[in-house]
Amino acid sequence: MIATIAPIQATALVLVALGATAVALCTNPLRQIILSGVYGFVLAILFVTLQAPDVALSMLVVSTVAFPLIVLAAITRSRQRTRRRRE
Amino acid sequence: MRDRHVVRGLLALPAVGGLGALLAWGFSGLPPFGDFHGFYGQLLNAIVLPQRHTTNVVTAIVFDYRGFDTMGEEFILFAAVVGVVILLRENNAGMTRAAQADFVRSDAIRFFGVPILGLVVLVGLWLAAFGLVTPGGGFQGGVAIASGIVVLYLTVGYRHWHRLGDERRLDPFEGIGAGAYVAVGIAALIAGAPFLHNLLGPGTPGTLFSGGSMSILNWAVAIEVAAANLVLYTEFLQRLVAPKELER
Repeated sequence: MIATIAPIQATALVLVALGATAVALCTNPLRQIILSGVYGFVLAILFVTLQAPDVALSMLVVSTVAFPLIVLAAITRSRQRTRRRRE
Repeated sequence: MRDRHVVRGLLALPAVGGLGALLAWGFSGLPPFGDFHGFYGQLLNAIVLPQRHTTNVVTAIVFDYRGFDTMGEEFILFAAVVGVVILLRENNAGMTRAAQADFVRSDAIRFFGVPILGLVVLVGLWLAAFGLVTPGGGFQGGVAIASGIVVLYLTVGYRHWHRLGDERRLDPFEGIGAGAYVAVGIAALIAGAPFLHNLLGPGTPGTLFSGGSMSILNWAVAIEVAAANLVLYTEFLQRLVAPKELER
């Protein structure tokens, strides 16, 4: 069963590559979190186009809410701490 | 400063080159796109519906054929959350003044936030309930339910969130979720079958009553995952919103 790659799958793959590069090149942590959420969303779309809806759902719920929230909390925390140290 | 960058680049070069070569070597040996060699996967695709009467093969694998692995994964999450709670635990659990002042002033956000909360929780319940029929399942449903509830903090404020995000209320759910999974496994042992054997029979395909014991395991995981995520959010938000009291 060898299938050729469909246009929508190719598009999703290109978007994933672009998203991953954007996340890796971003230097601002806040923007990076939001980008990683967008990247997770694009990855979920890729999984849907590859007929893996269960994996797509897991990716979606973890990468767009749970992961950004916890990383955001950690970053805010460390910023508060460094600010206090400076004062 | 520039010298350091050059040295770093030189140090990274062999590692990056080696990793790239390994990746290229690995990718060159991949089977062509869409050519799946996993015999086990094809076997399960063929036998799950006649054997277990569930239309979502993934859930049948997770909660039945590989049910023991999922139990391990559930306890990984359980242990991870316990670790976070122990690390971030503070003696003063009461709400601080900073936390009390933390509320959302925008009417629009409050107005749209509550329906979003309901919708996301509903989607979570739906994902968990129909996990054996359509894509989804306890894990995805549980995370979605927890995400829906955290919208309460994002759109209304910490004070209202604090009533729900209370660890003393959440911990029992986490324990019940993790315990129920093991209890289903032990019930099978008592009945004289292997651990986690599907006792309740296969049920009717395509309905909420398909999968037998799997639906109990599914809900156990949904409860455990939702509670575990909420405990995590509670701990992190407490540290986030009420930092002044902690520095003392």
